Amino acid sequence: MKFPYSQKVLEHFKNPHNVGKMENPDGKGLEGSPACGDMVAVYIKVNPDTKVIDDIKFESYGCASNIATASIITDLARGKTLDEAKKITWKQAAEELGGLPPVKAHCSVLAVEGLRAAIKDYEEKHGLITEKESTTEEVVKKRLKHVMNPLTGLDVIRTNLILKISVEDGAVRVVVDLPANHQFAPAIKEDIVEKLGSLWDVEKVDVVFTA
Amino acid sequence: MGGRNIFENVIYLDNSASTRMDEQVLEAMKPYFFDTYAVATSEFGYSMGIDAKEALEKSRGSIASKIAANWDEVIFTSGSTESSNTALKGVAWALKEKKGKHIIVSKIEDFPVLNTAKALERQGFSVTFLDVDAEGFVNLEGLRNAITKETVLVSIQHGNQEIGTVQDLKAISEICEEKDVLLHTDATHSFTRLPLNVKELPVDLITMSAHTIHGPRGIGALYIRKDTPITKFMDGGFQEFNLRAGVEDIPSAVGFAKAVELVTEEENMRLKAMRDRIIDKALSDIPDVTLNGSREKRLPQNANLTFHYVEGESITLHMDMRGFAVSTGSACFSRSLEASHVIMGIGGDHERAHGSVRFTFGRYNRMEDVDAAIEAISEIVAKLREISPLAKK
Repeated sequence: MKFPYSQKVLEHFKNPHNVGKMENPDGKGLEGSPACGDMVAVYIKVNPDTKVIDDIKFESYGCASNIATASIITDLARGKTLDEAKKITWKQAAEELGGLPPVKAHCSVLAVEGLRAAIKDYEEKHGLITEKESTTEEVVKKRLKHVMNPLTGLDVIRTNLILKISVEDGAVRVVVDLPANHQFAPAIKEDIVEKLGSLWDVEKVDVVFTA
Repeated sequence: MGGRNIFENVIYLDNSASTRMDEQVLEAMKPYFFDTYAVATSEFGYSMGIDAKEALEKSRGSIASKIAANWDEVIFTSGSTESSNTALKGVAWALKEKKGKHIIVSKIEDFPVLNTAKALERQGFSVTFLDVDAEGFVNLEGLRNAITKETVLVSIQHGNQEIGTVQDLKAISEICEEKDVLLHTDATHSFTRLPLNVKELPVDLITMSAHTIHGPRGIGALYIRKDTPITKFMDGGFQEFNLRAGVEDIPSAVGFAKAVELVTEEENMRLKAMRDRIIDKALSDIPDVTLNGSREKRLPQNANLTFHYVEGESITLHMDMRGFAVSTGSACFSRSLEASHVIMGIGGDHERAHGSVRFTFGRYNRMEDVDAAIEAISEIVAKLREISPLAKK
């Protein structure tokens, strides 16, 4: 019998580690959206003195690669300091899993982003981020790398779906190279608004379609 | 019931994708590979060719009679994709100068019709993609209003490939007849499973397929009512009443006819009972389940359910690991990573498509399979909901 995934992926998919919701987490991250497909939540408990991740859990509304990657990434992060855990990459996760189908790369990215978001949440809550970066086109671009282009399974920046980004007085305008009546237009719009709306100095997000 | 193989214990519930061929079909085909292997010749040809020709015409006749058509109103093709291409492009090309360049299809057609319509659009035709309601039914007034003087063809499927909804072909064909527009229907999933009679329904073209009813893959048929204007789609020899060039696939034609003969009303009732059981059990035993498509007017072999808060590829993979083959409309499952256009078409969103699972039954399924499948899926869904951030706990 042939399955589309490696044995390691199947093991983590079948019996994922570190699953469930955490009561009163020190940090929590949520990536993806039901509108766009997969979604993952990561919760962490952090030792206040050593900044070591003592406990970590995740929840997933996603496909096999999403679940398996979240499982392995939470294994990798447990017992590491926040700074060490931040450096875990999706490539590392994919390697640990014995490879993932390229078309499913975005699913593993999502799990890694979930972990990073949880760490960032902790740092923000605990005053570990002293300087707030103001939003520029570069910051927006970086954020949009977390928005998936469902047509390809890769992000909207890499697939050249974003024609123009402008930032002015707390208002961000993003031009997307799709007609407004496209199957994925509402989902992409929702995802962009969610990703950019949470930036501290952004008051308004305008998503414009080409036709 | 089938030879031994590594999939012997697999419970296959994806019979609308394709079916396991019946041994009796293979037995019927064999002589036309090894004994009567000549091409079909004219009645003035040599004897082996005459015998081959007879087998071809007999097969054509029995397929035609299943829909009450005349033998010379059915042509063999390589499958339903070619049948629908022939119907849409053939009629469009035949009438574009005489009548106009407008065609109408429903939004939830399968790809052969949908993408042929889009190809015609690129060739300068205008296409109306008709909306459907929440159960997948074409709005009859919408159809009536969409037909113009320029309309050369309406193509609306009989039974839907994913959600199983069966259109009111009687009403649709009456509107087309009244408006004097040709009507094609894709009956890939309904042929032999539901009654279809061209003497009673003024349908002009019908797409049929063999591999969805335990026949061979690579052969289909197209019913073309006498005197329907149609341009030959693929050039070559003069086979199939000069409408489909190429040496006839006689073994497959014979196999197709055998497959049609083997479908019985008793079998269709059996499929329907399995369908009803899985729908009823899922809706009563598992919380937060939505039936996609109509409860009453649906294909006897089709059940399609959305299990909310979980993702379809995760379900199908878990099912696979437990020995069940099912499919899903989730974007994660498709090669294109696009969510099902059918579920989106009935007003569903990504979330609805994301957790949709299709069960389609066939000859080799038994009622015990339904119970085993429902038991497996309820455990799998519960397990996935435990780790889903969306599920109510």
